[in-house]
Amino acid sequence: MEYLIHLAVMSSIYAILGMSLNLVVGYAGLLSVTHAAFYGIGAYAVGILTVSHGYGFFGATAIGMACAALAAWFIGIVSGRFKGDYYALVSFGFNIIVFSIFLNVQSVTRGPLGIPGIPKPEVFGMLIRSNAQFLLLAIAFTLATYAVSQWIVTSSFGRTLKGIREDEDALRVFGYDTARYKRIIFVIAAMLAAVGGSLFASYISYIDPSTFSLNESIFILSLVILGGLANVNGSVFGAIFFILLPEILRFVGFPPDIAAQMRQVAYGLILVLLMLYRPQGMFGEYKL
Amino acid sequence: MYILETKNLKKSFGGVHALNDLSISFAKGKLTGIIGPNGSGKTTLVNVLTGMQAITGGAVVVGGKSLHAIRPEELPRLGITRTFQDVRLFEQMTVGDNIMVVLTARGPYAALTERSERKREERVKEVLEKVGLWEKRHQLAYNLSYGQRKLLEITRVLAMDADIILLDEPFAGLFKEMVKVIVHIIGELKAAGKTVLLIEHNMDLIRELSDHVIVMDAGGLLAEGKPDAVLARHDVIEAYLGE
Ligand SMILES: Nc1ncnc2c1ncn2[C@@H]1O[C@H](COP(=O)(O)OP(=O)(O)OP(=O)(O)O)[C@@H](O)[C@H]1O
Ligand SMILES: [Mg+2]
Repeated sequence: MEYLIHLAVMSSIYAILGMSLNLVVGYAGLLSVTHAAFYGIGAYAVGILTVSHGYGFFGATAIGMACAALAAWFIGIVSGRFKGDYYALVSFGFNIIVFSIFLNVQSVTRGPLGIPGIPKPEVFGMLIRSNAQFLLLAIAFTLATYAVSQWIVTSSFGRTLKGIREDEDALRVFGYDTARYKRIIFVIAAMLAAVGGSLFASYISYIDPSTFSLNESIFILSLVILGGLANVNGSVFGAIFFILLPEILRFVGFPPDIAAQMRQVAYGLILVLLMLYRPQGMFGEYKL
Repeated sequence: MYILETKNLKKSFGGVHALNDLSISFAKGKLTGIIGPNGSGKTTLVNVLTGMQAITGGAVVVGGKSLHAIRPEELPRLGITRTFQDVRLFEQMTVGDNIMVVLTARGPYAALTERSERKREERVKEVLEKVGLWEKRHQLAYNLSYGQRKLLEITRVLAMDADIILLDEPFAGLFKEMVKVIVHIIGELKAAGKTVLLIEHNMDLIRELSDHVIVMDAGGLLAEGKPDAVLARHDVIEAYLGE
């Protein structure tokens, strides 16, 4: 039971990461591979502020979101000058930069030692003790992210994002400052990713840079593609599926240690098969 | 009265002078046909007028204001809209959304709080019904036939309801029936007092639709005047045959 709850918490966190990245990749069509950077900023904000500065979980989360927003604003301005493959490459670069900050600014982040002892959140004066309680909190944040995402994609803003994805230059001719739209959605997605990071930090209670590497960004991108680009529900599905995949592998008879190794292969294989046979993902409405 | 002018307009691509000191004017409420051999700079003129390519030299005068740089996003404010020679639709969006997207709020924060609205939906219906694409409203644009795609581009222009409309070869590759539909639409635009620039290679259509004809050659102005007079000129015929 305890393990099922653990899987559910992790699925919630990745659902938040997936839904937010889908706004950028699936709707705006920006192949961003830097989401783990914002995930990490949220996690480190909670880690640093709650452990050594006496902040509560929610205050630290808010500051983490603000930091992620600032970073995204800056990254958005620079990467806004690039398109397509170049955009993806530049976003790689930013993930690597942020990762090295986590790793090397040791006076703040403790570098490779990581930050242990991150406290659990306190909600309305009540300290969250069990994983079951934490799951409720995680689900609440996931639902909020779901609501925000749906609200955006069903608005005129959401339609305009799709127009940017389809033909940005043509859309500009019809009066849209597309650069601004791209920056705004990038910032919103980064703030949501930071929330995922806050949850992760306080749930696991220990963070180190390795969780927020380029690999993690690729993992998040993969679950978005699996679930389907430009489909919010798809990202929730993708998150659950990718978190459960190792268990599924175990269930079909792979021994645990091999299942763990098989995982990476399976993720890669799924991506290749998708690109070959179903480029829009399971529930996607848009082909890369 | 001229609503749109170019003053010594220049556009170079490396050593190629696609627009070479071009000074022309477009009368308000009239249809000006633009002809010229392949590569004479017609599309480049439209791209420069719509800010999709930067001006190398000279100026564009819109409504009395002289501009040396144009940002595409300010075109609606300048009252200008266009179609593309190589049809450019929002391919993986529905036919309905291809129109809706030019009717919604431009500002991102206003757009975030904006939902579907009766008035806009009726406008989409009105223009799609006019061109006979209403039945296709739920289809993705890339599923349309070539002719329907050309038509959808013009529909988008209709929805924009701009004063100055630049049409880059809207008839190219169309069957007779579709040509008729588009001729009819252009007739309505003229009747509504719009200023239309029509780039076209078919001389019969140019003769039928234009109030005034401009002939471009090698990025410059070769001739201009009433359609019949211009199309009868030897240098014009030669420019076309000589290509
Ligand atoms: N983006 C570009 N880069 C380099 N050269 C270009 C570019 N666009 C146009 N040109 C060149 O500028 C000249 C004018 O091209 P343009 O497309 O404006 O001609 P056009 O009159 O529209 O021809 P057509 O009737 O074939 O459509 C040509 O020599 C073309 O090769
Ligand atoms: Mg052309």
